[in-house]
Order: sequence, then C-alpha cells, then structure tokens
Amino acid sequence: MTATSAPALAGRKAASKRSGRRGVRNAAEARAGLLLSAPFIVLFLLFTAWPVVQSFYMSFTDMGRDDVQTPFGVNFVALDNYARALGDPTFQKAALSTAIFVVVGVPITILAGLAAAVALDKGITRARGFFRMGFYTPVITSIVAVAVVWRFLLQPDFGIVNQMLAVIGIKGPNWIGDERTALLSLIMMAVWRNFGNAMIILLAGLQGVSAELHEAAALDGANAWQRFLNVTLPGLRPTLLFVLVTTSIGYLQFFEEPFVMTQGGPLSATLSASMYTYQQFGFGKWGYAGALAYLTFVVILIVTVVQFRLTREKD
Amino acid sequence: MFTRTKPRWWLYLLLSALLFVVMLPFIWMILGSVKPNSELMASPPSWLPQSPSLDNFRLLFEKAAFGRYFFNSAVVAVFVVAGNLLFSAMLGYALARLDFPGKRVIFGAVMGCLMIPGLVLFIPQFILAANLHLIGSLFALILPFLVQPFGVFLMRQFFIGLPKELAEAARIDGAGEIMIFFRIYLPLAVPAFATLGILTFLGSWNNFLWPLVVSVNESTYTLPVGLALVANGQHQSDYGLLLAGATVVVTPILAVFLVFQRFFIEGIATTGIK
Repeated sequence: MTATSAPALAGRKAASKRSGRRGVRNAAEARAGLLLSAPFIVLFLLFTAWPVVQSFYMSFTDMGRDDVQTPFGVNFVALDNYARALGDPTFQKAALSTAIFVVVGVPITILAGLAAAVALDKGITRARGFFRMGFYTPVITSIVAVAVVWRFLLQPDFGIVNQMLAVIGIKGPNWIGDERTALLSLIMMAVWRNFGNAMIILLAGLQGVSAELHEAAALDGANAWQRFLNVTLPGLRPTLLFVLVTTSIGYLQFFEEPFVMTQGGPLSATLSASMYTYQQFGFGKWGYAGALAYLTFVVILIVTVVQFRLTREKD
Repeated sequence: MFTRTKPRWWLYLLLSALLFVVMLPFIWMILGSVKPNSELMASPPSWLPQSPSLDNFRLLFEKAAFGRYFFNSAVVAVFVVAGNLLFSAMLGYALARLDFPGKRVIFGAVMGCLMIPGLVLFIPQFILAANLHLIGSLFALILPFLVQPFGVFLMRQFFIGLPKELAEAARIDGAGEIMIFFRIYLPLAVPAFATLGILTFLGSWNNFLWPLVVSVNESTYTLPVGLALVANGQHQSDYGLLLAGATVVVTPILAVFLVFQRFFIEGIATTGIK
C-alpha cells in the first residue's frame, strides 16, 4: 500500500467524523422510533395480533364457554370443526344466503352507484354537492337504526311501502315475514344504504379519467354511450375493482340487517354466515365458531387476492 | 372542449325522485317519532303528525335507559377517537420518517391486519377481556378499538407528504426527535386528524358486534345495542318508541355530517384512491 495523499486523508477523516455524527443521530432516531411505536404496538399485539393467532388455534379445538379461564386446557380436534361446518345443513343454508346477498347485492349497489356518479359528473351542472350529500347520507347512519326504520316501512299492513303500492293497485307482499321475499328485502335495504359509498369513490375515480381522451373520441365521432364504454369504463377500472372488493368484503359479513329485521328468519331464510357464527358463540361452541369465522375470512382473502391479480394484470 | 350538453331537466327530475326515495326512511323516522302508535298504524297513513308529542322520547329515557346508552356511546367514541389519533400519528410518523429496528416487520404486520374481520377477533378478545376483568365496564368497549391499522395507513401517508426540511432545521437547533414530532409535525397533522377523527367516530358510534358481545348488563349498552335489544324485546311492535330510538341514534351523526360534510367526502375519496 502506498502512502495516502494528504487530501484523501483529510477527506476520510471528514467522512469518519460525519459517520460518527450520523451514528449518534441513528441511535437517537432508533430510540425515538421505538418509543413512538411502543403504545400502538403493545395494544395491537394484545387486542389484534394475539386474537388472530388464538382464533386460528381455537378453531382446531373443542374450546367452549367453560374454558374462559383455561383457554389452553382444551382438546385438539384437528379439522373436526371444519369438517362439521361443511356438513352442517344450517351453515350451508347460511353460506348460500350470504352468497346470494353478495352476488345479487354487490352488482346492484355498484351499478346504482356508477349511474349516480356519472349522472352527477357529466349529466348536471347545478346542485351537484346537494345530490352528492343526499345520496351519501344513508352510508353514515347506524345499520341497526335504519334496520329498525325499514322494519316499519316494510310492515305488510300499514308500512308505507305497501300502502304506496296499494295506491297503484298492487297488493304488496309480507316483505320480511315471507320466506320468499325476506332476503330480497334485506338486499334492497343494503343497496339503499351503500350505493352512495360506491358513488363517492367512483366520482373521485371519474376525475382521473382523461378529458383529452374524451375529447379525441368525440372528435372522432363517438357518441356519449360509445365514449362511456371505451373511455370512461377502462379509465375507471382500478376504482371499480376497489369498490367491488370493499363492497363484497362488507356484504360477506352482513349481520345487523338480519339481527334486527328478521332475527335470521323466517325459517332461516335470512340467516347469514356471520349471524350463525355469533349464534354458535352464544351457544358456547367457541371452537366451532372460530372455524366458521375463519371460513368467512378465507373467502375474504380469496376475494382480495383475486382483486390484486386483476389489477396487476393490466400493468 | 367537447360538445357541451344542454341542461337536462329530466335528469334533474330523476335525481330528485331518487333523492326522495333515499331520504324517505329518514323523513318517515323523524315524523313517526312524534306520532302515537295509533297514528303510525293508520291506513291510509298520515304524513304530518296530527297530534305531535314527545311521549315516545320520554318513554325511551324512562323505560329503556337511553340516556345511559347515549352517555356510553359518547364516552366510548371520545376515547376511541383520541386513542386512534394519538397512537396512529405516533406510529405513522415513526414509520414515515424514522429509521429504527423492526420497522419493516411492524409495518407489514399492521398492514396485514387491515382486512381482518371483527368476526375472527371477537371470541379471543372476549376471553382476554374476561380474564382482565373488563367485562361489565366501558374499558371492555374502548381498549380493543384504541388502535386500528387503518389509522396508521392514513397517518403514514400523510407524514410522507410533509417536507423533511422542517426536521432538519430543528435538528440543527438541537431539538430531539420526539420533540420534533410533537412540536413540529403533530400540529401540522390537523387535516389528517379531521379525516381520521370523523371516520373513527363514525365507526365507533355505529359499531355493533363487539358492544353486543360484551353487553352482559344494561349499564354498558351503547345506543345501537340498546336499540337492537329493545327492538327484539318486549317493545317489538311499539313502533313509536323504536322510531324515536332510531332518531336518537342517527341524529348526532347527521348533525356531524352536515357540519363536516367536506371532510367526510374527502376522507372517503382518499381511502378509495390509493
């Protein structure tokens, strides 16, 4: 090794001095980072992370109400709870009702939200904020409260819905009291409550759709409908997927609607997967309830993963 | 500009009709809350109350302790909002601006729990709350919701967007890292606090499954729990009472919405477009 030249030496000295100061700064930063994270992390570990793990473990055991104090003194039953869930006719019925609620309710909710968003964005120029606020109002209200109100609106004899139908000569059904229309009634209410949410997010998404493309398409002679199909919809794709996934995740867990309006009836026609899980908790079958909850969770994960796949496909 | 369309009167008509349908349940709820049962069950229905009275509300507070439920809902919401603002801001800032061991693991773990449904958590949370002897007190309602992943996501995004130079300047002046956060960045986070605060308040006020699970006695019922149990109990067809109850649950939210409308809409829009 040759002797180091004076400027290089000076440079290295300066560098080491700098890294020394940098080191002190790093230690202070690390200390501050840990201190600022600590309260969140402690509460998070205790009330979220640990329950996720315990819930998973619990679903492979016969844990029940009597095991509150000794959640580890339970019998391991491997996949029994899961096998039982898949063969449980009531759960099958609840899973089917939940699937119908999602498959019918989600598209209607999003189409209504999209129609409202496009109408507000392109169709009108005045009172936009007024309509936007009005359509969004149900979204912020307690489902329990609006379910109570809807129960009254759908009352077969003196409910306003059937009284209005009677005016135009239609005898309305016993909405939530009839096995054939009960789930449909809950879907109607869910669409009413949630389409405003889809609308708000899609309205924000519409701002991102290129105005230049629209203009170019118009110059090429595309009519409004063609522009909607070929410019607006492709531009809205990521936003639509986001709305699709968040709405589906919400609907997969519907609980308050049947709890308040029908208590799962009539004849379990509106029993949802969440409600059945809650009932099993009430009966003290906690291991079984854990397995049911995890089955719902797995479906949610699949929906999420599929969305990410679909979004990435485009890039 | 591409072809400007003429104002479409029929679209205004259509939207107004839709708005009427959307608002009808609320109009019916408020009008119904001051009608006696005989009038609520009348056919044809009366729109405006014939003999308005506050009897339904009086019964609500006498028979069903709605005053207590209201108090519980408010206390829980205040603590949950305060906890989420403070703790999410602290962790969000640390993740956005500070370098510390375990940072990536923490970020991954917290974001990984963003999608976990309450359905998966409530039984272990119940076991935990029972063993900590929290059941029967409002702590059981507050503690599990003091920190939520969504707040961290929002606050981290917000702090990433603030200029770093503020901290550099303060460091030259000799301020410590904690001081820099509390004195410089936290006061700048007010807009993010408005959004997160409103969304958290909404979530807490309307929350149902967990408050229902830990409601072993009336003293810890929140408004939605109280209303749901009244609606499924002996007052099942006492519509006047139920509509008054729904009005009590919904009105504070509607008031907050009317005042802070802008933040609601912005908040939802930001969460939608990542």
